[in-house]
Amino acid sequence: MTTLAQAVGDGAVITKRNLLKIKRVPELLVFATLSPIMFVLLFAFIFGSAIPLPGVDYKEFLMAGIFTQTVVFGSTITGASLAEDLQKGLIDRFRSLPMARSAVLVGRTNADIGNNIVTMFVMAVTGLLVGWRIRTSVLDALAAFGLLLLFAYAISWLMALVGLSVNSPEVVQNASFIIIFPLTFIANTFVPTDNFPPALKAFADWNPVSSVTLAARELFGNTSPALPPPDVWPAQHPVVYSLIWIVGILVIFVPLSVRKYESVAGR
Amino acid sequence: MAAVEVEGLVKKFKATTALAGVDLAVPEGTVLGLLGPNGAGKTTVVRILSTLLRADSGTARIFGKDVIAHPNDVRSMIGLTGQYAAVDEYLTGQENLEMIGRLYHLTRSDARQRATTLLERFDLADAADRIAKTYSGGMRRRLDIAASLIARPRVLFLDEPTTGLDPRSRIGMWEFIGSLVAEGTTILLTTQYLEEADRLADGIVVIDHGKVIARGTSDQLKSQVGGHRLEFTVSDAADLPILRERVAPLAVDDPVVDEQARSLSVPVRGGAEVLRDALRRLDDSGVTLVDVGLRRPDLDDVFLILTGHASETSPGGASSGGASSGGASSDGASDGGAPVATGRHALKGADQ
Ligand SMILES: Nc1ncnc2c1ncn2[C@@H]1O[C@H](COP(=O)(O)OP(=O)(O)OP(=O)(O)O)[C@@H](O)[C@H]1O
Ligand SMILES: [Mg+2]
Repeated sequence: MTTLAQAVGDGAVITKRNLLKIKRVPELLVFATLSPIMFVLLFAFIFGSAIPLPGVDYKEFLMAGIFTQTVVFGSTITGASLAEDLQKGLIDRFRSLPMARSAVLVGRTNADIGNNIVTMFVMAVTGLLVGWRIRTSVLDALAAFGLLLLFAYAISWLMALVGLSVNSPEVVQNASFIIIFPLTFIANTFVPTDNFPPALKAFADWNPVSSVTLAARELFGNTSPALPPPDVWPAQHPVVYSLIWIVGILVIFVPLSVRKYESVAGR
Repeated sequence: MAAVEVEGLVKKFKATTALAGVDLAVPEGTVLGLLGPNGAGKTTVVRILSTLLRADSGTARIFGKDVIAHPNDVRSMIGLTGQYAAVDEYLTGQENLEMIGRLYHLTRSDARQRATTLLERFDLADAADRIAKTYSGGMRRRLDIAASLIARPRVLFLDEPTTGLDPRSRIGMWEFIGSLVAEGTTILLTTQYLEEADRLADGIVVIDHGKVIARGTSDQLKSQVGGHRLEFTVSDAADLPILRERVAPLAVDDPVVDEQARSLSVPVRGGAEVLRDALRRLDDSGVTLVDVGLRRPDLDDVFLILTGHASETSPGGASSGGASSGGASSDGASDGGAPVATGRHALKGADQ
């Protein structure tokens, strides 16, 4: 029991350390939020005028997709920061201390929830300013944000493994772009999947990014009966399907990342 | 029980054999200097001892606790300062130390107090509230060392602790290390500065290519390398042959001539009397001396001779001197030099 309490305490110390960095280098957060703001504005005004959707305003349709894409991209911070710590020898220092083996990763992924909350808040405000509306209840909206955060948290643990494996923040950034761009575009994030070529449509419909987006979209009330979800199980049960992915990713990548941390070598 | 015990440590990185069976022990309250050229395996030893790296075979224990079987017990007894400063650039000096203190499970107030004390001790009090990104290289180094001391470790590993420090900070660090030892801390330090090992270490282990090639106290190692040398510098290189001829009867091994430096170095036996004798032999020789002296070998000589890297240094006195005193080293060892040496030079000596 004392070990569990200690692990929690150690994790808190590292979380605090990571949050202090946000305070010390606010530029990081500014740029992390500027790009989603830019995305909201570009898509809303450029594509919004060209993509007519039946029964729902494109700006409303769009927001859930942008939220999902942004938090998934945000999780690369986890990998990049760990790679930086590794490169600077900090992970070596931590590994020589009598602290919990999980603490560095727990502290990192916790802090990145903080990052994501701030980012989502800024985006939500921007969205509301350009005409996005939540048409359900506050509770539904909170559930949507909660699901987005959980999904981002799971992806963070995946990125942790990437960060500890490559030992260079730049490589994490580049490698994750290659994976995250297709993952977030071959999905229902920006347009409905109905007219995708069959192979891409199948991928998109089973893509967890789609189910998280759809779940959030439904929870925000940004859907329309004229725009029914595809007739596949994940689209019919987006919340459950998303949760299965979240749990699955955590079950696999938490132990893998901690194992990697235990044997990782700095410089 | 020794504070640090290492037996038969072997570590391979793919094709490279970093350690090929290293044994060493550090008695409690003493300082062991681990010397060796670049790539010898010093950092690898330190990383294994501080639980960062697993050896392929062999054992390492800190106060009887095996580093693999009981890593957390080991971690709470040790402090590590790695070869490169590992400080969090975005935290202030104070925050860095408090964080490490908390991770050693000191109470909040203990951590704060220790941090303040150490920042003062390391001349960082003025910079305590500045983020470490703004620190100079030497300041980071000192902060890094302070971090390894925050929980008063019983055993301290310092991997090249004074590399990158200015002479004043270096001397300050030596004094501080001395005071830690006086309080009972056991220290294993690696260094490239022989003066540092000479000054701080009770015992010295020299490794090269992952093997121990010599061990002993600094005095033992020096006597193993050989006795005194007479060193002359003349104003005109043309005088060197006559100088060499005159002092030849005193030499116990081949003298080394360096035309460019206009110098002659002669291995001799005995002390100051030999110098007087040599000068007498030069009376009326017409040789004009610029400099003359009797030199005891220092650890630089030991290092160069034992590791055989003398020929890799720039040409000049050190190079030729090192190569020739290789012979003197065998002499020293066959004289029954006390150090237990296992390197090729020592073996050569033992064979004779
Ligand atoms: N992670 C690693 N992967 C591959 N080879 C390694 C690794 N770490 C060390 N080595 C190799 O092991 C050998 C010993 O390295 P080590 O860092 O222990 O030397 P060192 O004595 O500390 O050298 P220096 O004085 O340059 O710090 C070197 O040949 C080095 O290249
Ligand atoms: Mg080294």
